[in-house]
Amino acid sequence: MRRVAVTGIGVVSALGINAEQFWKSLALGRTGIRPIKSLDVTRFKIPNGAEAAFFDPLAHLDAKSAGMLDRSTQLASAAAEEAIATSGLRVEGDRTAVVTGCSLGGKISEDEAYRRLYSEGRERFEPMTIPRVMANASASWISMRHRITGPCYTVSTACASAAHAIGQAFWMVRNGLVEAAITGGTEAPFTPGLLRGWEAMRVVSATTCRPFSKDRDGLILGEGAAMFVLELFESAQARGAKIYAEICGFGMTSDAGHLTMPSALGAAAAMRSALADGCFDPSDIGYINAHGTGTDANDRTEAEAIRSVFRRTPPVSSTKSMHGHALGASPALEAAATIFALHNGMLPPTANYTTPDPECNLDVIANEPRDIKALGAISNSFAFGGLNAVLAFRKAG
Amino acid sequence: MTGTISERVIEVFKKTQYLPDGKVTPESTFAELNIDSLDGLQIVFALEEEFGISIPDDAAKKFTTVQQAIDGVALLLDDAKQVKETASPELA
Repeated sequence: MRRVAVTGIGVVSALGINAEQFWKSLALGRTGIRPIKSLDVTRFKIPNGAEAAFFDPLAHLDAKSAGMLDRSTQLASAAAEEAIATSGLRVEGDRTAVVTGCSLGGKISEDEAYRRLYSEGRERFEPMTIPRVMANASASWISMRHRITGPCYTVSTACASAAHAIGQAFWMVRNGLVEAAITGGTEAPFTPGLLRGWEAMRVVSATTCRPFSKDRDGLILGEGAAMFVLELFESAQARGAKIYAEICGFGMTSDAGHLTMPSALGAAAAMRSALADGCFDPSDIGYINAHGTGTDANDRTEAEAIRSVFRRTPPVSSTKSMHGHALGASPALEAAATIFALHNGMLPPTANYTTPDPECNLDVIANEPRDIKALGAISNSFAFGGLNAVLAFRKAG
Repeated sequence: MTGTISERVIEVFKKTQYLPDGKVTPESTFAELNIDSLDGLQIVFALEEEFGISIPDDAAKKFTTVQQAIDGVALLLDDAKQVKETASPELA
């Protein structure tokens, strides 16, 4: 079977404007959750978020291009740029794919257009509204910017979007459909309309995100993008590329149950499927980057699922406690965290953890990173709608 | 925005296309300014907003030079003025 290497990583998030800043914060257990600044939230029950506050689109794009793109695509563009640059890959356009994950599309542009329409009674829309709002805007932009003419599309599966995207990109490279892929996810969800929607779900914490901790009281929304360059392992080796990790397994299942209530069975089946796809025995896995949203239901159910798959549960952390829940982009941010954990031989912690919860009976890496050289790792992503997607990685070399 | 119609149209081109001072003249063609159909839509939108006019779809597609845009806007403003003048006695 063809093996697939991760040779490029780009990350823009609440933890900084590049992958190095992202990992540095994670390794220190430093959170990017802060009072929301891009919106006036005085009349909202959601005061805090993980905004990519240091991101300046004009540092990456000329003014005209930036003006054509929603923030979600601006973030994706910068992350893809970094991933391709760090990989050193000379992209062969027709043998390369672009697969991105995005749950919402260009919601900031959409929200603003509708505000003008309904609230100000304006009768004209900005002509760029439609292309800015479409969910595939980032995939198309990356393809145009880097002249990639192979398969190009966007997967939208709520909070599992980027995991499905990365998994499919990985399979395409492994199966020989393409030689390389640019893949990942992006999301920019800080709009008044969406904040109201999340308020109504009553799953957002008024303080911070404390995954697996007994006092957890909800998720914290985040924004950002993470992109990767995947390529054939042998080609990467042959050109002397730096290989961050091998991506070797992908599993997906659907609960076919409740719209929002997760199922341990579905989650466990996705983990088993990813392990089988990666030719892993559960005992090979030395780290799990959990979905770990910090909601009562997810963390309890995920703990149960993990325990059912692993006889000896490996160390677990949820980095959402630091980069927030960036919805469709979250799986990409967490894949980056997982890959860096393998590459650097250090497991990032779960920040804001205070009290063990017997219902989340796991080896939670609390607040401090662990110097453990894991050889295999998985990253879990579970979405509203009962969709589960799990990625498996192996330390390179 | 103040100034003559011509100055205001040129300002719209500069602003929407992020062009430097002096780059846009009435004689400039869309091809010279690298303006494609999508850019054209943004210019039409910005002209409508700037002058408070409504540019019909077929007219919008015919513009290929800045001068044509200036003339088109002037014509529409003229029409609007005439409508207003014929309408005002009845209103009074």
